Amino acid sequence: MSVKETNKVLQFGNEAIAHGAREAGCYFAVAYPGTPSTEILEVFSTLPGIFAKWSPNEKVALEVGIGASLTGSRTLVTMKHVGVNVAMDPLMTFTYTGVRGGFVLVSADDPELHSSQNEQDNRMLGKFAKMPVFDPSDSQDAHDFAKLAFEVSERFNTPVMLRETTRIAHAKGLVELGEWAEPVRGENFVREINRFVMMPAFAKPRHTFAENRTLELKKFSNEWEGNRLELNDKKVGIITSGVAYNYIRELMPDASYLKVGMPWPFPDEKARKLAEHCDRVLVVEELEPFLEEEAKIAGIAVEGKAYFPREGELNLDKVAMGLHKAGLLDNAPQPITGAPVIARPPVLCAGCPHRGIYMALKKVNADVYGDIGCYTLAALPPLETLHTCFCMGASIGNAIGAKLNEQNPQHPQVAVIGDGTFFHSGMTGLLDAVTSDVNITIVIVDNDITAMTGGQENAGTGHDLMGNTVPTVQIEDVCTAMGIKHLTVADTYNYDKTVEQLKAAIEFDGPSVIIARKPCALFPKKKKIDPYVVLNDVCNGCGACFRIGCPAISNSGKTTEKGLTIAMIDPDACTGCTLCQQVCPVDAIVPMTREEVTA
Amino acid sequence: MKDGMTNVLVVGVGGQGVILASNILCEVAVRAGMDVKKSEIHGMSQRGGVVSSHVRFGEKVLSPLIAAGQTDVILGFEAAEALRFAHEIREGGTLLASTQTIHPPKGPERKDSVKYPANPLEDAKGVCRGRVVPIETQKIALELGNPKVTNTILLGALSTSLDIDLEVWRETIKAMVPPKTIELNLQAFDRGRKAVEDAG
Repeated sequence: MSVKETNKVLQFGNEAIAHGAREAGCYFAVAYPGTPSTEILEVFSTLPGIFAKWSPNEKVALEVGIGASLTGSRTLVTMKHVGVNVAMDPLMTFTYTGVRGGFVLVSADDPELHSSQNEQDNRMLGKFAKMPVFDPSDSQDAHDFAKLAFEVSERFNTPVMLRETTRIAHAKGLVELGEWAEPVRGENFVREINRFVMMPAFAKPRHTFAENRTLELKKFSNEWEGNRLELNDKKVGIITSGVAYNYIRELMPDASYLKVGMPWPFPDEKARKLAEHCDRVLVVEELEPFLEEEAKIAGIAVEGKAYFPREGELNLDKVAMGLHKAGLLDNAPQPITGAPVIARPPVLCAGCPHRGIYMALKKVNADVYGDIGCYTLAALPPLETLHTCFCMGASIGNAIGAKLNEQNPQHPQVAVIGDGTFFHSGMTGLLDAVTSDVNITIVIVDNDITAMTGGQENAGTGHDLMGNTVPTVQIEDVCTAMGIKHLTVADTYNYDKTVEQLKAAIEFDGPSVIIARKPCALFPKKKKIDPYVVLNDVCNGCGACFRIGCPAISNSGKTTEKGLTIAMIDPDACTGCTLCQQVCPVDAIVPMTREEVTA
Repeated sequence: MKDGMTNVLVVGVGGQGVILASNILCEVAVRAGMDVKKSEIHGMSQRGGVVSSHVRFGEKVLSPLIAAGQTDVILGFEAAEALRFAHEIREGGTLLASTQTIHPPKGPERKDSVKYPANPLEDAKGVCRGRVVPIETQKIALELGNPKVTNTILLGALSTSLDIDLEVWRETIKAMVPPKTIELNLQAFDRGRKAVEDAG
């Protein structure tokens, strides 16, 4: 067993959670990557004596985690907030059965939607699922709460939610680390039919167990020092949690506080003590009025969302504005406006293999039902060739539903889904397309990796998180086995051929699949072939290359005789994919000569 | 540097090294014995978006984000990005910015969209409530014979605006850059300092 000396290090919240879990003796960790949760497993997988793996989706990850806990292993499962929606089915029943080995689910919420399709507040899901919820305010909390969560899980026989937000996950702060406990790995599965077979007769008493457990956890919440009561100035008391604590505490250092580290079950007795001490109680929290409603249910008069926004992240200025509205700050913070500056919208990378298929989809003017991944960016100018995006795996179902209902079809109906997303939850949609015999085309953009979250392994990658070689699953085998009769593999760097293949797939009567296959331009290794260059005297300024949306192509600042903009290619960014060359009508784009490259 | 708290905003374009520079700054502050927090905002794309990193240090740091208009020093890796954040500088603060320009890809540009400014750092002087110091990082890097030292040149510039012992900076750089490049990076650091001193 290795022992770490106690010291303070600068860590992201996600690193701190991985270390906290390891200190608690967590052996097994499983996840599906999703911003802002991904780094927890990436860090955990590097620590000694443990096992960590990705699963194809959050539901499977949670189920794998349950299996691990049933053998007695201390288990960590991580996902982003919307991932918990996918895992909700097993979770809702796991909270009835309880655990064997300690079980912690990290839900990484994303207020402000930095990289998400919604900003749901999963403290509410924790309450709904009847599991205790911890809510850290900084990296130290993240570390300490992760460690404590395992203890609470085993002591109260419950899965525990550790809910963090982007501003915790991806912010660095100093952390005092502790010692590593021996990882607890299960001996074997132990049969216990009346606890782990949740059919009605067995599930009913488990529901009673869960309700009684919540009462016990409420006692814990009222006693635990992490729900910290600081009784100072009597004028105003603040109930707060998560990152919001830092903002309000910086603005009102002398007020009285209940800093809530465990929002559910809510520490109502401590809140009552705060209310008794103070003339007035404000609740400062991001997103939903969770603490506010809990306080009100407990009969405590508080004010919250009347002054502070329900949408987006909070910050010092928004909290100061709320205090001003509440009459606690004389001067409203004055907005400072800057100079108008150019936009830098997110774009597909230079050399991105997704670009070619979208150019082809634009050419055939398809209605494109999209999915979650880098390829969602094709919705933005100049491609604008993706027309829906709801959640992981939604594209194929959306296309089926639209095709079955369109009375007056205008365009080909095409679903676009990435390899990681196809394995996550696209396969059942494909099955529906086959059995509905619906005339849609499904494009599976296969870049061998889960790219948008930074390049994680998936079922097609061939190695796992720990670096072991593992069997791969071929997407074409899956499609053929499911009964797809028209299947082609496209090289998306060949534009004309890709258009031809796409047209043939659309013309096929019945569901057809195109696998657009090419490795990601960035992961695992940045792609680099000799760059291309624009011949200024040949370019006619037509703008065809601008319209493919490549970040390596920009305005040269020069114009043609007719005053049209001449393009310029950044040789450092260009990967040599040649798509711009293929669309240039006057052959103005040519490979850079060897001499030019070295110069 | 109000109430003993220092607020530094490091800004640039994804892929330029903003995050690495803010990591080194954090390490410097930790080694100087201070409490430190750092928080980043970057867009969805892996490359080419706006990146801003808030670094705060002092005796005890609470908020991981700097309040509007309270930034002591901005370290700008790209001229238009320095302009974008110039109004965040507090009265009497300093904007240190590379003169390097990176134009966004032509494709997504709309007819009505804002054009890349002709001279972003001149414009910044009109918005910034503090001093604006342009730094010719590309020229200095070329003179040093390595385009990759831009980062350290800017950190050298930053060191002139912060009350942290020079030895701490040098030791941290030695510890955090590849061993073979230590001498080159220390030179780059000094050139960054000199660039600010020459600007007066």
